[in-house]
Amino acid sequence: MRVRCPVCGLPVEVPDDVMEGEVVEHDCGATLEVRFEGNAVRLVPLDGVADDWGE
Amino acid sequence: MRCGSALVQVAVLHDIVRLEEKLLFNAFLNLGASLRRIYVKSSPIPLFRGGLSADVALQRCLSHTAAIESTFGLEASGIPVINSSFTLNTCLDKAWTASLLAKEGIPQPKSFVVFSLEAALKVASELTYPVVVKPLSGSWGALVSLARDEEELRTIIEHRMRLPGKESKAHFIQEFVRKPGRDIRVTVVGDEVVAAIYRKSRHWITNTARGGVAEAFKPGDEVVELSLKVREVVGGDVLGVDLFEDPERGYLVNEVNAVPEFKNVQRVTGVDVASAIAKHVVEVAKK
Ligand SMILES: Nc1ncnc2c1ncn2[C@@H]1O[C@H](COP(=O)(O)OP(=O)(O)OP(=O)(O)O)[C@@H](O)[C@H]1O
Ligand SMILES: [Zn+2]
Repeated sequence: MRVRCPVCGLPVEVPDDVMEGEVVEHDCGATLEVRFEGNAVRLVPLDGVADDWGE
Repeated sequence: MRCGSALVQVAVLHDIVRLEEKLLFNAFLNLGASLRRIYVKSSPIPLFRGGLSADVALQRCLSHTAAIESTFGLEASGIPVINSSFTLNTCLDKAWTASLLAKEGIPQPKSFVVFSLEAALKVASELTYPVVVKPLSGSWGALVSLARDEEELRTIIEHRMRLPGKESKAHFIQEFVRKPGRDIRVTVVGDEVVAAIYRKSRHWITNTARGGVAEAFKPGDEVVELSLKVREVVGGDVLGVDLFEDPERGYLVNEVNAVPEFKNVQRVTGVDVASAIAKHVVEVAKK
């Protein structure tokens, strides 16, 4: 399925079985997170990772 | 009494789905558990009894705030969460972790908490330079600094004091441990050490997220015992215990991660950490 990149406006190809919270890298350099809105898939720029656990 | 995992309802609380979460989701499905993914960024978390139902929950939120607050919600409904809010809170605060471990005599780098430059300078004169300055809460080695002399310590503390947020008004200062170019990450699941790695780097910050290289390591009895003792103190069923090797004192506990990443551990050791976690979570539900 094709979703619009919120950063560059071009289409991004995402798998049909994509999960909420998955991270997609777009060719434009943007890192995007998958959100669901009803039945629609939306991409939003990934939040900062200021308070995270690590390895 | 339940047989198998067919009837076990597992909730996984998550925000970003990393490789770890995908591996975990698959592991639960392979066990035949019924999996409910709770994406906390879009699901309201009820804070009352009966608000949610599941036999057990696994906490995987990357955001510390989301991890703790959403755990409270599941606990309100009496659902056991791995890890509990107690364990999450403890591990999130380096001073709290240090304090609990110290009470039980677990060896650690000598550490202080300070609230001013004046106090920081006093610590440095006791420990002698270099000293390590860290935020009380943080990951991936972010904002962890080394002060080699008074000049550097002043700069670090003054910078930190000007950062927004209350976290930057308190500083965790500790002696610099002369590690042999590596530290150790032990992965504990239930009452077992399932895997361990060295994180090697020419730089003193060895986090894999900062370019440290992971290498498999077979932990000896001492490492296993120490890691399990840490688990007894902080609680929890899935932990990443970080150890230093000090040339004189032996193993020192650096910190404990309560929502550990494990993709590198799994890759270099070949241990299926995700399945080990999933099995253990299902076991907890059956108890
Ligand atoms: N006192 C110390 N002496 C020597 N090296 C240290 C010391 N404290 C931390 N380090 C090194 O700095 C890096 C980051 O430290 P630490 O793990 O405490 O930070 P963190 O941000 O909580 O990281 P994470 O939680 O992702 O492991 C580690 O590689 C560790 O080896
Ligand atoms: Zn784009």
